[in-house]
Amino acid sequence: MEGGGILAKLRQGLARTREGLRSRLGELIAGSRLLDQEFFDELEAILLQADVGVSTTDKILEQLKERLKAERISEPAAARAALKTIIRGLLPPGPSELARPAAGPAVIMVVGVNGTGKTTTVGKLAHLLREQGAKVILGAADTFRAAATEQLSVWAQRAGVEVISQRSGSDPAAVAFDAAKAAVARRADYLLIDTAGRLHTKENLMAELQKVSRVLGREIQGAPHEVLLVLDATTGQNALTQARIFGEAVGVTGIVLTKLDGTAKGGVVIGIADSQGVPVKYVGLGEGVDDLRSFEPDLFVAALFEEAEEEKEG
Amino acid sequence: MAFENLTARLAETFRRLRGKGRLTEADVDAALREVRVALLEADVNFRVAKEFIARVRERAVGRDILESLTPAQQVIKVVYEELAALLGGAQAKLGQAGRGPTVIMLCGLQGSGKTTTAGKLALHLKKQGRRPLLVACDVYRPAAVQQLQVVGEAAGVPVFSRGTVEPVGIAWAAVEHARQHGHDLVLLDTAGRLHIDAELMEELRRMKEAVHPHEILLVVDAMTGQDAVAVAERFNADLGVDGVILTKFDGDARGGAALSLRAVTGKPIKFVGTGEKLEGLEPFHPDRAASRILGMGDVLTLIEKAEEAFDAKQAQKMQEKLQEARFDLEDFLAQMQQMRKMGPLNEVLRMLPGAAGRGLAGLQVDERQLKRVEAIIQSMTSDERRNPQIIDGSRRRRIAAGSGTQIQDVNRLLKQFEATRQLLRQFGFGEKKTRHGRRLPFFR
Repeated sequence: MEGGGILAKLRQGLARTREGLRSRLGELIAGSRLLDQEFFDELEAILLQADVGVSTTDKILEQLKERLKAERISEPAAARAALKTIIRGLLPPGPSELARPAAGPAVIMVVGVNGTGKTTTVGKLAHLLREQGAKVILGAADTFRAAATEQLSVWAQRAGVEVISQRSGSDPAAVAFDAAKAAVARRADYLLIDTAGRLHTKENLMAELQKVSRVLGREIQGAPHEVLLVLDATTGQNALTQARIFGEAVGVTGIVLTKLDGTAKGGVVIGIADSQGVPVKYVGLGEGVDDLRSFEPDLFVAALFEEAEEEKEG
Repeated sequence: MAFENLTARLAETFRRLRGKGRLTEADVDAALREVRVALLEADVNFRVAKEFIARVRERAVGRDILESLTPAQQVIKVVYEELAALLGGAQAKLGQAGRGPTVIMLCGLQGSGKTTTAGKLALHLKKQGRRPLLVACDVYRPAAVQQLQVVGEAAGVPVFSRGTVEPVGIAWAAVEHARQHGHDLVLLDTAGRLHIDAELMEELRRMKEAVHPHEILLVVDAMTGQDAVAVAERFNADLGVDGVILTKFDGDARGGAALSLRAVTGKPIKFVGTGEKLEGLEPFHPDRAASRILGMGDVLTLIEKAEEAFDAKQAQKMQEKLQEARFDLEDFLAQMQQMRKMGPLNEVLRMLPGAAGRGLAGLQVDERQLKRVEAIIQSMTSDERRNPQIIDGSRRRRIAAGSGTQIQDVNRLLKQFEATRQLLRQFGFGEKKTRHGRRLPFFR
């Protein structure tokens, strides 16, 4: 995937509203003369309003103050570079790839609370992997939500991949079993398992998810190789709790942050990276089939600070 | 349930505050700083939290409060009053048509739960004697129309759909259809859209022009962060929103969206959605929510839930049985089933005052255990249920096999039942008929 494309897309997504993290940071830096209390108060407000979260915001402010003092920086324009470095430092070093076993299909289980966009993500991910020339099979293990299987089938058709499903209301673990068998038999490179949305507070539903995971592991060694938690970028601090509890239940290996184009906030990316230690692997930037992109921390930070950089150049 | 964590955080702050005999301005400030962090971590909008703290501070550091006999209580009272003001007053009702069908339009972001909520609202209003018609106006998301059809079928409410043609036309045709077929309520399920998507917002405006809805409800995920307010403001500015439905309220979101929406937009929260079942929709009572946040419990909702699930005749019969100490396993089963009608027990427990403070917050009631008890009793003959003393060893084996449990489970149940019966006798249930003003279907 070329860098320019995703940068443009990120830029577009993050620029959509003036309330966004990006434009407000730019405004703050362009509009301040002094690095006074007012500057820090406003920076705190911007970060908190972008869903960065209280503790990560405190951390950023503290590091910034230390840095400014140590490097004797006193004007806002120079503070921008320091802030950029600090935020970049909270994100993982580079983009993170999907895990692949030495042989056999890589099994990716997609989980999350209701309405975050799991089915859509599975559809788009199938398309992405298919574009890379991989053979992909989908397992429709959301047997609960009305018409979820139909929705997945539409996506499967768009991506040109096969979907394994059973009747609505059947045991999701049974679907996972069938799908695993099919993936092995047809020598698929990837098996993507779509699961029903569930609130992380429902213990029985979390147990059901563990069962799906166990069944996959019995059929294919090491499966699931990836457990992707789909988080809605509009979610607030509850995202951290979701990541923690899904992590405890099924061992989340990566995060897909959807609807990032809508909120123009994206601050939750920073909060999650700082507190969870689970990498964001993909971001959803729109409704199109190819709007799921691999998450590249460098480009994300560049998109956040780009406006300010342009001014510097100009 | 939403608010739970916020409740716990505030309870801790207030406990520390109560520990002090005298309060200084600095004490109040320290407490308010904690309240502010608690609010922000609960996703209360930044501006709302800021103004809230400023208002509380202004009222709380006054001379008459700090020098009163119970300064901590007074500060907590101020917080409560301001919280209640933030959430708005009494419960807000839905708009009504003067003549012809009432048209309700649901709108919101993708994944907020519009389609499920449409089904829940249809069922809720149907139970109140309305004749709703569900309308599938989401022509964009794959299989959205099918989803509404399934939901409609489950609710026993007809669904009007025209496939994936222009949604404004569908809405208009649906209202005509409702007029001709005697539906007094039309529920429009629209496609999820971003508030910044000018084109799709324009489509909603045209739909509004075409059918003149009596109520436009914005569906918002209770877990939404700081953006909740921006979303609501935008929908309101573009479309004019009459109220909000908060969904996924049974998660552990701290309910910041609930606290901010009303304060910023002035639009009331009318319903909250809980759980995946179609019955999971409740009218929202701001005053009760405020007391729940402060750990005072939501006893009123609990009583209403009890009354809803409560069969008066059956209760009368039960009362008589208790008086004559004729209480048997048959009644035990009936009681249990009645209680479970109130909803999952953990939710019921959370409404009890002080539940968060007393460590009940994280309590998980094992619903499976209850099901097991039900299965055991159902595997008994009616003779056995009425005279549990006749259940001997071989009967126990049969019951265990029949209910798929162990003999130990059966033994335990019989022992518990006997203990309950003893307890009822000791409490002299028989003599004092009206000991409780309200007869809740609980063992007390």
